[in-house]
Amino acid sequence: MAKGRIIIDIDRCKGCALCISYCPVNILELDLTTTNERGYTPLMTNDKEKCIGCGFCAIMCPDSVITVEKFIKEAK
Amino acid sequence: MSNVKTVYKKSEGLSDFHLSYCPGCTHGVIHKLVAESLVELDLLDRTIGISSVGCSALNYDFFSCDMQQAAHGRAPAVATGIKRVKKDAIIFTYQGDGDLASIGIAEAIHAAARGENITIVFVNNAIYGMTGGQMAPTTLPGQITTTSQNGRDPETQGLPLKISELMATIPGATYVERVSVHDPKHVFKAKKALKKAFEIQRDKKGFSLIEFISTCPVNWGMTPKGAVDWAVDNLIPYYPLGVYKDKTEGIE
Ligand SMILES: Cc1ncc(C[n+]2csc(CCOP(=O)(O)OP(=O)(O)O)c2C)c(N)n1
Ligand code: SF4
Ligand code: SF4
Ligand code: SF4
Repeated sequence: MAKGRIIIDIDRCKGCALCISYCPVNILELDLTTTNERGYTPLMTNDKEKCIGCGFCAIMCPDSVITVEKFIKEAK
Repeated sequence: MSNVKTVYKKSEGLSDFHLSYCPGCTHGVIHKLVAESLVELDLLDRTIGISSVGCSALNYDFFSCDMQQAAHGRAPAVATGIKRVKKDAIIFTYQGDGDLASIGIAEAIHAAARGENITIVFVNNAIYGMTGGQMAPTTLPGQITTTSQNGRDPETQGLPLKISELMATIPGATYVERVSVHDPKHVFKAKKALKKAFEIQRDKKGFSLIEFISTCPVNWGMTPKGAVDWAVDNLIPYYPLGVYKDKTEGIE
């Protein structure tokens, strides 16, 4: 199971690709099949299961597009 | 089963406006740090920011605190006036290198000299962004801009001004640090510096200036990541990061 997940506010994204270079597990790319409300090519993840919830992509995004959640296992 | 912990979300210190900056411009990253710092220190409600002139001229719409727009270079003077009538307000100016280091250099120096209890967020991207990429006082030797088409020539145009070093020589300044936002580790350090500046102001300990090394992908003619890398390879060697003055720690 994935350790974390990102939620992309697609219509805020400017398709600048800055965040992509900082993902340690390389699961980010631009979704070339679509454009958002403002005409940009938005971000997408290509392998959700690999996300470790590190937050690097969100920290580097100038436009606060990405929300990051980490899944914490409950003690048994 | 697992619990979900939010690691990152848009700061409450920012409004819902879409930032007017070009894609990948690090002005946006710096805005997030200002907003997050004020929220984390619980100062947002008593903060008044001063917008300057440059690409960030519209940022009175982007922060969710009160804002006042100032004429080109005059933000530290406007900040001084507001602070003097509202002593408990937290006042920051947000100024580019054209705004602060060129037309507004006098206001910045004299605000520091008077030891005004304000915080200057100084964004050094080595160019005039808004007006189409003209040479700034901070443009590097050899750097091509629309007004230095063969590269800045120190023979006729002098060497770039190092604002943090300059401000640190002013007796009235309490805290001066230069930071960068080129990777998560440096973003974290930059936020620490900014929070310290706001704490110094809150505790009435005087003038602070945080210089951010920033990018202008559009006028530098680079991709956003290319611009960040160029800043690391070219700007940071000329503008070394670090604390230039901290009276609270005896660093002068
Ligand atoms: C009195 C006056 N002179 C000149 C200008 C034109 N002008 C607008 S922004 C700017 C420079 C902005 O550069 P900088 O402060 O580096 O900010 P950036 O746009 O790079 O963020 C200039 C010269 C003006 N608006 N007002
Ligand atoms: S949170 Fe970390 S691992 Fe997940 S997409 Fe962002 S950078 Fe990649
Ligand atoms: S999420 Fe942010 S950093 Fe990533 S491409 Fe979109 S605007 Fe750029
Ligand atoms: S012109 Fe340069 S500094 Fe201004 S928003 Fe665009 S990239 Fe940023």
